[in-house]
Amino acid sequence: MIWYIVRRLLQMIPVFLGATLIVYLLAFAASGDPILTLAGDKPISPAVEQQLRAQYNLDKPVIIQWLIYLGNVVRLDFGVGFNGRPIADQIAAAFPVTIRLAIIAVIVETVFGVIAGVISGLRKGKLIDTTLLILSLLVIAVPTFVLGFVAQFILGVKLGIAPINVGRDPSWQNLLVPGFVLGAVSFAYVLRLTRTSIAETVGADHVRTATAKGLSRGGVVTKHILRNSLIPVVTFIGADLGALMGGAIVTESIFNIPGVGTLLFRSINAGEAPMIVSLVTLLVIIFLLSNLIVDLLYAVLDPRIRYAK
Amino acid sequence: MRSDNRAPQRPKAQHWVAPLDETPLQEVDAADTSSTPRSLWAEAVHNLVRNPVFIISALLILLVLFVAAFPGVFTSQDPTYGNLSSANKPASAEHPFGTTRQGYDTLARTVWGTRTSVIIGFFTMICSTILGGAIGALAGYVGGWIDEIVSRITDIFFAVPMILGAIVIATRLGEMNMWTVIMVLSIFGWTNVARIMRGAVISTKSQDFVTASTALGAGSLTNLLKHVIPNAIAPVIVTATVNLGVFIVAEATLSFLGVGLPTSAVSWGGDISRARDALRNQPMMLFYPSVALAITVLSFIMLGDAVRDALDPKARKR
Amino acid sequence: MALSRRSMMLGTAATGVAAATLAACTGGSSGGSGGSDGGSGSGEMIFANTTEPENPLVPTNTGEVGGGRVVTSIFAGLVYYTADGKAENDLAESIESDDNQHWTIKIKSGLKFSDDSDLTAQSFVDAWNFGANAANAQLGQYFFEPIEGYADLSKEDVAADAKLPGLEVVDDTTFTVQLVSAQSDFPNRLGYSAYMPLPASAFDDIEAFGEKPVSNGPYMVDSWTHDKEIVLVPNPNYDGPRKAKNSGITFVVYDSDETMYNDLLADNVDVIDQIPTSQLQNFESDLGDRAVNDPGAVFQSFTLPGYDSNFEGEAGALRREAISRAIDRKSICDSLFFGTRTPATDFVAPVIPGGGATDIEGADVLEFDEAKAKDLWAQAEAKSPFKGPLTLAYNADGPHADWVEAVCNSLKNTLGIEANPTPFPAFGEMREQIRARKLMGTWRSGWQADYPSMYNFLGPLYGSGAADGNGSNDGDYKNPEFDQLLSDGLAAESEDEAIKIWKQAEALIMRDLPVVPLWYQNTFGGYSSLVSNVEYGWDTVPLYYEITK
Repeated sequence: MIWYIVRRLLQMIPVFLGATLIVYLLAFAASGDPILTLAGDKPISPAVEQQLRAQYNLDKPVIIQWLIYLGNVVRLDFGVGFNGRPIADQIAAAFPVTIRLAIIAVIVETVFGVIAGVISGLRKGKLIDTTLLILSLLVIAVPTFVLGFVAQFILGVKLGIAPINVGRDPSWQNLLVPGFVLGAVSFAYVLRLTRTSIAETVGADHVRTATAKGLSRGGVVTKHILRNSLIPVVTFIGADLGALMGGAIVTESIFNIPGVGTLLFRSINAGEAPMIVSLVTLLVIIFLLSNLIVDLLYAVLDPRIRYAK
Repeated sequence: MRSDNRAPQRPKAQHWVAPLDETPLQEVDAADTSSTPRSLWAEAVHNLVRNPVFIISALLILLVLFVAAFPGVFTSQDPTYGNLSSANKPASAEHPFGTTRQGYDTLARTVWGTRTSVIIGFFTMICSTILGGAIGALAGYVGGWIDEIVSRITDIFFAVPMILGAIVIATRLGEMNMWTVIMVLSIFGWTNVARIMRGAVISTKSQDFVTASTALGAGSLTNLLKHVIPNAIAPVIVTATVNLGVFIVAEATLSFLGVGLPTSAVSWGGDISRARDALRNQPMMLFYPSVALAITVLSFIMLGDAVRDALDPKARKR
Repeated sequence: MALSRRSMMLGTAATGVAAATLAACTGGSSGGSGGSDGGSGSGEMIFANTTEPENPLVPTNTGEVGGGRVVTSIFAGLVYYTADGKAENDLAESIESDDNQHWTIKIKSGLKFSDDSDLTAQSFVDAWNFGANAANAQLGQYFFEPIEGYADLSKEDVAADAKLPGLEVVDDTTFTVQLVSAQSDFPNRLGYSAYMPLPASAFDDIEAFGEKPVSNGPYMVDSWTHDKEIVLVPNPNYDGPRKAKNSGITFVVYDSDETMYNDLLADNVDVIDQIPTSQLQNFESDLGDRAVNDPGAVFQSFTLPGYDSNFEGEAGALRREAISRAIDRKSICDSLFFGTRTPATDFVAPVIPGGGATDIEGADVLEFDEAKAKDLWAQAEAKSPFKGPLTLAYNADGPHADWVEAVCNSLKNTLGIEANPTPFPAFGEMREQIRARKLMGTWRSGWQADYPSMYNFLGPLYGSGAADGNGSNDGDYKNPEFDQLLSDGLAAESEDEAIKIWKQAEALIMRDLPVVPLWYQNTFGGYSSLVSNVEYGWDTVPLYYEITK
């Protein structure tokens, strides 16, 4: 087990390096001069420009910039943003907000998705199953940004029961609606996965045996059906956590949430490479770690899987 | 046939056979012995045409394709003709869906936007499937250290969410057009096809008929192309169909965020983004392109579902 | 003044005028105005909108609106600007010159920063030397351009301690400034934030200083919670004309105009100077007489570069006029901007003395005339065919997509040509292309004055000295006659005389159209039901110190 984790962690290193390099190259690939963006509509003298360029290492080749960046990151120094504030501070301020948003989304997709999926799977072909299935299709078909607008318009503008924008007060309460919107698409996927999985398990031999030996319906469902059918669902949710953090860029822009997505979008527009790379790297790491945790959870859920190596 | 023979094997023993309805396992295993054997594909088609989900989605897709091919049938207005003197008008005979802030005819925008979405969705699906299919097949079939390297590269691209990666590239590219959008989406959209292709190839290549073919002297490329890929491609087709819907949404999302197609292009995503400013005073501006987008995506996802049910024998059992 | 000052007055106009007069009178005297204790204002804290400052609060490094409004609230310079764009003495006792080139500046005595350290002539000279030295990489460095010695401090390998030879401290309250050439509007510039004084302690660690500056203006920073709010309280050591009439300002950072607007409706924020696009149609009916919509200080246009062969020579001149006449400015201002823009009649924003003139010779080219536009275009085509399509570039990170599209549609519909909006994802990318003179076709241009002077709208944008990459004359317009009139105006005896000369200069660019004027952006915003005496400055930013609650 330990060896398995170590091996997986080692595998992450090339992925981590590759991802940072690709993003760094992309962030610098084409034209776009961040210093000119910084100056805005105002003129800027060549000397000041040169000075600023040197200050942010923009006068060096991209590979050197990347190496400088990596060297600093190893020493846990993420550098200073164009606004004069340490990048680490800015990320530290935005990160908890997005985590909160992602947690709400994960709870939404897990709780509602699994419950609806179980109902649907156990009542396969019945009216409730069809209804839930159509609902899930609709949720998948309507893009997040449309769903966000509609929620904003109905709940915020028309009914006034939720804040239209989250703004500077990203409390749990205010993040509830955006969290639902962010988790909606995944909710539909979880529902469908659970439904398929449950329906498959219902017909399995061990479930028949359990029913035959007189176990109550509830007991069968919780002890024998759920535990087995949740494996693919757990995989999905784990992998989805990383995707949710990335998907937050849309949700955060609609509801004006001061999270990682907003910060990322802002720095992409400003061409602030160290910030972009730090954020994307962070998202990649979260993605890799959540995948690892999912794989480890397998062992708990499915006794047949043991990591020997 | 064999089950028929089973009974007479022990003629003297008391034999009790449970009624069929209590043993659905037998029902599942039962095969129609009278018909001629069908290939996976013939079986799939046979199942598809009996699936209402497929019928509905196919009809919707035909409609969407028809609108994309012949937008002129549905509107006579030019979607790029904007005249401020007729801006912000409610629905009328001349403009059945009303007009936008720029004075465009909303119906024309919605109808012509279909073409943009369908072209981008379709070509991104083709590009990403070929790219992902080739990479996945290579990794799965060759194996060894090539598999290890290719898998790590796939991980890198898989770990960067598609929209995020696309935004970063699109911002750098400057002005986008349909082909650059297709390229950008393909760069980050091939990974799930690659993974599925790799898995399918690995499980197929160790099967008996491939071994038999090798034993008969077939080269490895012949083997890959003639035996492995055709038998591994079913799950790839399912994924690709669902991806088509995903790519249409992704294009709309990029345009929505302002890094996709320029405002001069007729695109649902762009129109939805602009409807945001009219949310309070003309909420219907949001309605039409959103519904069109939802119907299109829905039909492709439903088709993916139906195709999966048809191609996947395990799913069919349910 | 083409525009009456009344239109800028808001709230109770009478009180506004009275307050301004009173403030001007108290200027020289040391007396605290009746009642308020120890300099701290009375009444309640005012809540106002801002965006997160892009840089630490260092005056020479702050050019954008978010930080600018804070910097001008916490620092005081030699002069300040009244609501109608007049420069009045703030810390200065007198700013005098015989030849408009050698200036002697006297400041009031006994001035102090908020930490009780002395503010002397040296505080100004040190701050200006710091700002002008390229080694310090201050974004406002170009402001010191008129001062003798600027060129040497702009070299790439300048010594960190190099100073401007044109500045000389005479005594604690006097210093002299030598300019490169005669500039009659030099005193007008001195209210801009780049010219604010700094305490000696600032230079030890300027970044740290910018996080919580020791300042000398009407307010001082109490706390700055990044991305949330900046709390200012009255500075007891400030006793000038802009003395706070409230007990402080909390600048609330808004990332979204929508949130800001809803907060205003709920009286959660007291004064805002932005209205979200989605509410332009209804904000005046929502807010009633608390809505503000008056001509402002921003001029918008698009540039037709002189080096694009389409716009050269005789055909080019015809084409420029055809394009200008083909744009229905009024429709765009009314229908797209719901009256929050005013169609341009000249090249200078209307709140600037001399700006918004309707009597410039040849100004009829700014009127929409479909037939004439078509005719002119056809004439141009006969001389040399247009190598199209016409493109209008803009930066997509700003709020320009809508109007650029509308302008292109107007050109398309009128001239029957292909006209395409060309977005650049970020402003820097467009600037880079423009600076390399690689951007063909047209591009959006705009100007918000740094200080209220007509010259600021003309010299830096169309003067030959600012062409070829030496300034903001990006279209490389060169006209010796125009240059002569510009410098004549600078050497003029009085401001009125200067305005007269500069209007003649405007007639020349009205004929040549190096840029096509579009409209002036209005000052628009609103205030809550809790406050009064709300007045917006010439630069569209509210005069926070006057607001009472």
